[in-house]
Amino acid sequence: MIKTDILIIGAGPTGLFTVFEAGLLKLKCHLIDSLPMPGGQCAEIYPKKPIYDIPSHPEILAGDLVKNLEEQIEPFQPGFTLGESAVSIEKTEDDHFIVTTDQGTQHQAPVVAIAGGLGTFEPRKPPLKNLEQYEEKGVHYMVKNPEYFRDKTVVIAGGGDSALDWTIFLEKIAASVTLVHRRNEFRGALDSVEKVQELKNKGCISLITPAEVTALKGEEKLEALTVSHQGNSKDLECDAFIPLFGLTPKLGPIADWGLEIEKNAIKVDNSLDYQTNIPGIYAIGDVNTYPGKLKLILCGFHEATLMCQSAFKRIHPDKRNVLKYTTVSGVNGFDGSQKQAAKSTIKSIE
Amino acid sequence: MSSDIRVFLTDREGELHKLTAPTDMQMNLMEVCKAYELPVEGTCGGMALCASCQCYVESEHLLPERSDDEEAMLAEAFYVRENSRLGCQIQMTPDLDGLKITLAPEE
Repeated sequence: MIKTDILIIGAGPTGLFTVFEAGLLKLKCHLIDSLPMPGGQCAEIYPKKPIYDIPSHPEILAGDLVKNLEEQIEPFQPGFTLGESAVSIEKTEDDHFIVTTDQGTQHQAPVVAIAGGLGTFEPRKPPLKNLEQYEEKGVHYMVKNPEYFRDKTVVIAGGGDSALDWTIFLEKIAASVTLVHRRNEFRGALDSVEKVQELKNKGCISLITPAEVTALKGEEKLEALTVSHQGNSKDLECDAFIPLFGLTPKLGPIADWGLEIEKNAIKVDNSLDYQTNIPGIYAIGDVNTYPGKLKLILCGFHEATLMCQSAFKRIHPDKRNVLKYTTVSGVNGFDGSQKQAAKSTIKSIE
Repeated sequence: MSSDIRVFLTDREGELHKLTAPTDMQMNLMEVCKAYELPVEGTCGGMALCASCQCYVESEHLLPERSDDEEAMLAEAFYVRENSRLGCQIQMTPDLDGLKITLAPEE
């Protein structure tokens, strides 16, 4: 069981900044995120896009914003459970919460901060008849264990980085790899596009464009796909089909936690501390709603700051506390590191 | 308000909505839909990086051509037709008065 002071669900910008504000109050944080890396939407959807409304950053790439936040919170040594989604929550007798992930990892904390953005990122599934029938029986939306595909006949669909990257990777271990995409142009990284071109030229992979998978076939498990290519349909025998059309966020199991939900967002008390209808559970950033809510990173930072003050009072009801300025107190990391403004030197003139 | 235009939108249930869209607020069609609280997510905020605002253009209006980003996203979207566009890539301009669109199915 992982124990912490504030358990943060969602490691996007708001979740990451919470670690800093909590750290100033000597509270430890642990973050859970379904993605394999911190950053949330900034890392998954638009790492290379510039953001122009972060105060004091006239322009910053979303990916750099995440990198900076990670650096900023490093002294407070946050824990991470990445690549796992929070699925259930229960309350203990002493008013703590236990949050369990889809892989069974348990976390305990007196305060839970849901900073889940638009929700858990899930693979976008193409609207193909019977697709779900073949899930884990030939259809895979992500490559969890590449070895599984050794010596298999694999068909990948998609035109982005993951489709290209897995084509390149699986070519080395699968019996054969066919990449199907609806047009000739790919929007992945240039060197990946060039590598796939090279593999195609050498005959190491098959590339079918502009084409689309239109049907799945097989008795017990997937045995073949129908591919429509320039008006003609043909069947391709295969063991595995990996449709890679990116990820889309869904609120998911959090919607069933007994929290008050309005229009796919969690209602909070914004006049006070961003607490939900369940005391001890807060919702901050894009995942919450209140009158006048704006889904902006800078608003998430503000919400995280106020929320941490309230969390402190909940965790230490008897301790008095005043707001400290980092210009005065500096940043004292849990790792013993110390950042402090340089002392002014006073020298007399003789 | 002379700078406003009318947009006729059919939602996923087949219901027609008559929208009034300003042309002087740098708004795109996805944002107009959100302003009317229609069921358009706009997950990526308007960067042509998701297809939650996909719609079918039903009128003969001459729209700006799809950008490379929009083409790439539509190549990975579902339920795509010849007249598919991403709402976030259609800026509200005076010449789009009377635009008729239908929301594409949700993924």
